[in-house]
Amino acid sequence: MKILVTAKRVPDPETTIKVNADGTGIEEAGIKWVVNPFDEIAIEEALRIKEAQGEAEVVIVSVGSADCQEQLRTGLAMGADRAILVSADNPDPTAVSRILEKIVEQESPDLVIMGKQAIDDDSNEVGQMLAQRLGWPQATFISELELAGGGGSATCVREIDGGLETLSFPLPAVITADLRLNEPRYASLPGIMKARKKPMEEIDASSLGIELGRSVTIVSVQPPPERAAGRVVESVDELIAALQGEAKVL
Amino acid sequence: MGNVLIYGEHAGGSIPKATAVAVGAAQQIAAASGGDTILALLGNDLGGVKDAAAQLGATKVVCVESADLEHETADTRTLAMKAVAEATGSDTVVFAATTAGKDIAPRLAASAEAAIASDVTAVNDDGTLVRPMYAGNVFATVKLESDFKVVSVRTTAFEPVEGAAASASEDLSLSIEKPANAVEFVKLDATVSDRPVLTEAERVVAGGRGLKSGDNFTTVLEPLVDALGAAMGASRAAVDAGYVPNDLQVGQTGKVIAPTLYIGVGISGAIQHLAGMKDSKVIVAINKDAEAPIFSVADFGLVADLFEAVPELTEKVKSLA
Repeated sequence: MKILVTAKRVPDPETTIKVNADGTGIEEAGIKWVVNPFDEIAIEEALRIKEAQGEAEVVIVSVGSADCQEQLRTGLAMGADRAILVSADNPDPTAVSRILEKIVEQESPDLVIMGKQAIDDDSNEVGQMLAQRLGWPQATFISELELAGGGGSATCVREIDGGLETLSFPLPAVITADLRLNEPRYASLPGIMKARKKPMEEIDASSLGIELGRSVTIVSVQPPPERAAGRVVESVDELIAALQGEAKVL
Repeated sequence: MGNVLIYGEHAGGSIPKATAVAVGAAQQIAAASGGDTILALLGNDLGGVKDAAAQLGATKVVCVESADLEHETADTRTLAMKAVAEATGSDTVVFAATTAGKDIAPRLAASAEAAIASDVTAVNDDGTLVRPMYAGNVFATVKLESDFKVVSVRTTAFEPVEGAAASASEDLSLSIEKPANAVEFVKLDATVSDRPVLTEAERVVAGGRGLKSGDNFTTVLEPLVDALGAAMGASRAAVDAGYVPNDLQVGQTGKVIAPTLYIGVGISGAIQHLAGMKDSKVIVAINKDAEAPIFSVADFGLVADLFEAVPELTEKVKSLA
């Protein structure tokens, strides 16, 4: 079985993000870049399937600048078998889904596992778009995955607003990982050493013969509205008095 | 100008507030484009939901009933919504940014080669849209560069339509060709709770890692939740630690809430959590660490041991009633 996973390069979630001086994007100086945490969960899930099955191949893809090599190396160090870097200049989710469609056509995986959203643009779109383009089933926001029929079908539990939904579908399919699917491993030192020797293919997105222009233009970016500073209360009684008198919410 | 189609959610014979809010957002979009708002209701046996849908302020309600639409699976719903959009002359489709909306909207966008904006918080007069990025640290103004557009809207950022006349209603019959590899619904383990729905509640009490255990959520936090008639929420840290299920998670990767009163207990206030609650009207933080970031957004902060302060607060709130 072959599993394709993604590794988007995003700012570390602990980083404080600020709008840049000309209001066109974020201040990138000093940011530490990591693998999108939900993609890490996706990679971990693929590795667990491989370990359970014994002979699966895990291919990891990143779309973006040449710097995405770092995130691919992280995925390889976790245990992915090989990597594909697709260089593209600031693609939007629609363009990324078109690129991934082409990569899937080349690689013919049985399963694509991605994070449910990237923590930079918070779009939560690419997995669903990719599934549609391929005409494949999708299961988003999953917390459990079980393969059946010798890897020919899957059952997933999805974390939805009203509870837990179970779906089943034939493979190939696209699934997107939620927080509780697993706890990703750290790359081991031998893993990091081995990752240096694992193959990394580089593809220029412009060679794929697809429309790469943005369908969503970012006109400007603004910082969020500031919330007026509050105050410290000294006791539960003072808190209740404030909620009743000042705030009138009790 | 094209019409604006709204995806109508429903469960157990009723329509969630999220859909009512999506109609409100769709009206703003339609005001800019000059089209009508049309609420699409898909299901197997819609029954009384049709009447409820007619009260939400859309120009028209379009109902599609089919055994293939019994469950809310994205592949089949995408086919249906695309067909309804074509049949109703709609060039924009609006979803609430719920898990259902987030599941279906991007798939529909790809199917129609439409540009999409997710989790939109404002509609500008020039038709541009505002959406949060980076856990709400950045708000982007975006322009959708396609004739057909898909939008999902943050439910705390818009209001339902008030005092609307009943909408006209019509049935539409569609033949949906369910693909051979369609997703099959197996079951739903619905969260059963007597408390208000987290995303709709006027009051929310949320707990964090400071609670130290799932048992303490039950014995310390829940009495306060119920004394206030509130919904219960949690930080991602508490969910990660396994104290409570993920459907209670408030934040960037969970639910976005904006209740009248939010009380955060034992929550440090990581940016990912603040992203989900900082539009609440009144924010109270109870935490023993005076340096906790949640105090920077709190209207009222109480620096105290939650295991003493929360039971005291619970008793005093009860005595008010």
